[in-house]
Amino acid sequence: MAKTPVTFTLNGQSKSAFADPGQNLLDFLRRGVGDLTPKFGCGQGTCGACTVTIDGETRLSCLVLAETVYGREVGTAAGLADGAALDPLQTVFMEHFAAQCGYCTPGMLVSARALLDRNPRPSREEVIEAISGNLCRCTGYEPIITAILAVAEGRARA
Amino acid sequence: MTVVETYPTLDQAARAMGGDAAFLGGGTLVMRAVNEGVAPARLIRVTGPGLSELRVSGDSVRIGAGVTMADVLASRDLEFLHPVARVIGGPQVRNMATVAGNLFAAHPFGDFAAALLALDARVIGAGQGGARPVADVLRDRARAGLVAAIEVPRPRDPKAFGFLKVSRVKPRGVSILSIAAYLPREGGRIRGARVAFGAMGPVPLRSSGAERALEGQSLGAAAIDSAASAATEGLDPPTDEIASAWYRKEVAGVHLKRLLTDMERR
Amino acid sequence: MNDMTTSGPMVEFRKDIFADERDDNLNEIGKPTRRQDIPGHVTGRSPFFDDHLFDGLLHMRCVRSPHHHARIRRIDTSVAQRMPGVVRVLTGRDVPVNLNTLLSLLDFGLDDEPILSEKKVAYRGEPVAAVIARSEAEARAAVAEVEVDWEVLPHVFDVEEAIKPGAPAVLEIYPNNTFVYHGKYDHQKLRYGEADRALAEADHVIEGRYQMSPIEQAPIETCGAIAAPEQNDRYVCYTSTQALFFSLGTAAKVLSMPSSRLHFVGGTVGGGFGGKVDSVHEPLAILGAILTGHPVKYAWDRAEEMQVGAPRGAERWYITDGVMNDGRIVARKFTGYFDAGAYTRLSSYAIIKGVGHLPGPYTIPNVSANVYCVYTNRTPATAMRGFGITGVDFAIEAHMDKVAEAVGLNPVELRLLNAYRDGDMKAHRRVAKNCALIECAQVVAEKAGIALSPEMKAASSLKDGGGARGELPRRTATDEDGRVAGFAATSYARKEGSASAPQPHPPQSPAVPSRPQGSQPAPAVTSGQRPPAGGSMPPAGGSPSATPQPEKASARKPARSGAMRFSSLSGFRRR
Ligand SMILES: Cc1cc2nc3c(=O)[nH]c(=O)nc-3n(C[C@H](O)[C@H](O)[C@H](O)COP(=O)(O)OP(=O)(O)OC[C@H]3O[C@@H](n4cnc5c(N)ncnc54)[C@H](O)[C@@H]3O)c2cc1C
Ligand code: FES
Ligand code: FES
Repeated sequence: MAKTPVTFTLNGQSKSAFADPGQNLLDFLRRGVGDLTPKFGCGQGTCGACTVTIDGETRLSCLVLAETVYGREVGTAAGLADGAALDPLQTVFMEHFAAQCGYCTPGMLVSARALLDRNPRPSREEVIEAISGNLCRCTGYEPIITAILAVAEGRARA
Repeated sequence: MTVVETYPTLDQAARAMGGDAAFLGGGTLVMRAVNEGVAPARLIRVTGPGLSELRVSGDSVRIGAGVTMADVLASRDLEFLHPVARVIGGPQVRNMATVAGNLFAAHPFGDFAAALLALDARVIGAGQGGARPVADVLRDRARAGLVAAIEVPRPRDPKAFGFLKVSRVKPRGVSILSIAAYLPREGGRIRGARVAFGAMGPVPLRSSGAERALEGQSLGAAAIDSAASAATEGLDPPTDEIASAWYRKEVAGVHLKRLLTDMERR
Repeated sequence: MNDMTTSGPMVEFRKDIFADERDDNLNEIGKPTRRQDIPGHVTGRSPFFDDHLFDGLLHMRCVRSPHHHARIRRIDTSVAQRMPGVVRVLTGRDVPVNLNTLLSLLDFGLDDEPILSEKKVAYRGEPVAAVIARSEAEARAAVAEVEVDWEVLPHVFDVEEAIKPGAPAVLEIYPNNTFVYHGKYDHQKLRYGEADRALAEADHVIEGRYQMSPIEQAPIETCGAIAAPEQNDRYVCYTSTQALFFSLGTAAKVLSMPSSRLHFVGGTVGGGFGGKVDSVHEPLAILGAILTGHPVKYAWDRAEEMQVGAPRGAERWYITDGVMNDGRIVARKFTGYFDAGAYTRLSSYAIIKGVGHLPGPYTIPNVSANVYCVYTNRTPATAMRGFGITGVDFAIEAHMDKVAEAVGLNPVELRLLNAYRDGDMKAHRRVAKNCALIECAQVVAEKAGIALSPEMKAASSLKDGGGARGELPRRTATDEDGRVAGFAATSYARKEGSASAPQPHPPQSPAVPSRPQGSQPAPAVTSGQRPPAGGSMPPAGGSPSATPQPEKASARKPARSGAMRFSSLSGFRRR
């Protein structure tokens, strides 16, 4: 089986790795590149645990053919914190108990960050819409919505 | 195992297609099949630019094969299609899912295709000059060939077009059914009514009963009631995890009535 | 930390209630605290089982039954063995102890479920072989090439159909499709007072039938495990299990190896909700690692999680209440059918738990329940949040509304009137304390804008309980309905070597009449008694002499190395 070399940017750093034929981006990031923050929940696009950004837009990495990210900019939850300095979203997620089992959390954070980058002052409805592609089975969503709104309203202690 | 073939142009890709190949659009359905080991052996993709072009000419818009739901939502010229694009999947799906791919999405998907059917959009095949009605492509999807673009007439009166998606999970869920209605009016009377259902058959289908009931009428309670009661004439919806055939038939008229009443009040 | 869980309208602490019973000046209790694992969650560093990377990881996928019920004539793995990337194909013969029941670690129930079935399948999706390949895609492709020759058998999906004579036997080990309680009965009993007599004397008799659906726990992380060889002939197993030591014990039993050779790592669970206790992945992943010498991952994909992941079992309840004109419930009878699906897993235990909860949080002086753990050809059921309780609570509370309507009472007042108060005797013969239903219902009424009578507003869990309400019934009607033969009662709760049979009731149980009450005939070994719900019971084993076959796999079963005996459930063994 011929592997395809893929050079791309991951959270601002240049990466190169080989993709298997037909390999999806989720598997490629996790096993090929070693970024374990995107999670597998379904492989069918329904759960959002695998959410990443490509050139700033959210995508479901389980449904992206790995080799198509050649030359593009991929963002994951691993890129949210700057060293020990957490993204304000990460801090408020902790403060508002917006992660219980934590499995949906990386994907949820990527969707939330993409929303705030595009729209720093979203309404509650816009927050709900922005995370509607991310399932969470634990929290009932309410703490997540509250946390995202807290950052949006600048209540977070960054 | 899957082999990926990459071509610079759609025409070259079209020549490479065959029974053992699938064209990779946004991939929201094709990649699921790859993940589940049920995809055709070859994946055909195109890297060249231009596929994502949106071009307005006079009273129609040309939607390139690579245009996504998010692209539709970002376009002012396609404002009349925003209510449709907005309810397809979640944000990530809308960033990936193409309009062209929606024509080939199996039941219960195909909400956008239902809207295109109601609007009498035309499909331009790869390497072809002419365009065919969307209904032709939907009738025989397996042999439709590659789609290069879709030409959508812009409704002269935006209020003449209405769309409703009915799903159990909000704000994002798979369709129990969707309804697209295009009801242009001349002198207060409906002329050329087109009503299409998504998820009420193997592919999006027009409701000849509802169209007949509305044609030549003014949009009012009487016409709406008779359209609602004729809505499912000749339709044989499938039973699936989302809803039974019986349920779909039972509620289709109710939802059509709600949509039409809403359009009447605009 | 600023406003945590107390923020917003979601949680309201009503500290005015029972204020004098609580110390608010504790350091931790009553104070918001940060979960210790949440920094890992928000940085994506929490190590879920699949976040452990191994070079040369192999992937396992199972061949599954397309039928609800079928005999296996032959399994041909020869084509699959030669498929690209395939390292090994396992069948039941490769599993050292290919028969288990989850609660065998607690000595509760008979081994009934193969790890990889060899002779028969009893639900759609039941695994019959496992392919180990270099990639998941190759494992999938090879699974499709394993050929199984099936003889399709009739199936049964409905609990009451399943217990009719002549219904297909889901499991040979329980020929009547019911679990056997205490080695004696085809159902779990609760008898408290004289429900039939009280029903006859009540002003109203109100009946209801309640049915719920199975519910999939649907964790976002699907169930799975990765096992790999370690030093010193040991194997490490990273798992999504909710019950690490349960899975460890199960793996040790199924693989017939001491647990000291197994190194289990878990505790980071991507959502469990009860669906991750069944320990079906760990034994197979470890077996794969043993037989191939490589790390092996066995995980469900989403479709498998939904199809074969054991759900909360569906329950069907018939409730009959005797109610006085003033709203007091004086008798409550239950007939319950718990759909265990094809194998026992945790359903037998869920019923014990559920019966302990009857008749709900209400003081009712006469209660009787017959609850059946029924086998059908549906996906085996297992635990889910509050399991054993949630289904019957739905039935009870729906029935309370029906009763309220029948006697013309506000549904909140009906609950207030009948709620447990401190000092009341409960049907499982414990005195109620720290009750708070009345206070909760009062707050609910206030929030919902429901006007309560002054009397109900003044009601309190601390007042008017106990006294006569705290006494055990003077008489309790018992019976021998549903006796089955061929099973022996044991209780591992007794001391080793003690021969005395377990007491059927705790010491504070009332004087049990020596003869069954009412119109019941003298106890018979087999019984044709109909449950009140109208379902007819098959005679046990067809006839008293139809003793079930001895347990087939017991010959291969090694002596259990120090079975854990730590619960107080009544178990049984085959005689
Ligand atoms: C979570 C989720 C939610 C969804 N929700 C909805 C929804 O609400 N409504 C809805 O309608 N759909 C929904 N879908 C289905 C799907 O995303 C859309 O139908 C989408 O428009 C398909 O487009 P795609 O570009 O992703 O198609 P692909 O997956 O790339 O392709 C789908 C099919 O179309 C063919 N194809 C693609 N492009 C072309 C072309 N140019 N010429 C010829 N054939 C082509 C492919 O070969 C394939 O057979 C959902 C999917 C997911 C995963
Ligand atoms: S794993 Fe990609 S959406 Fe669930
Ligand atoms: S925290 Fe468990 S799924 Fe969201």
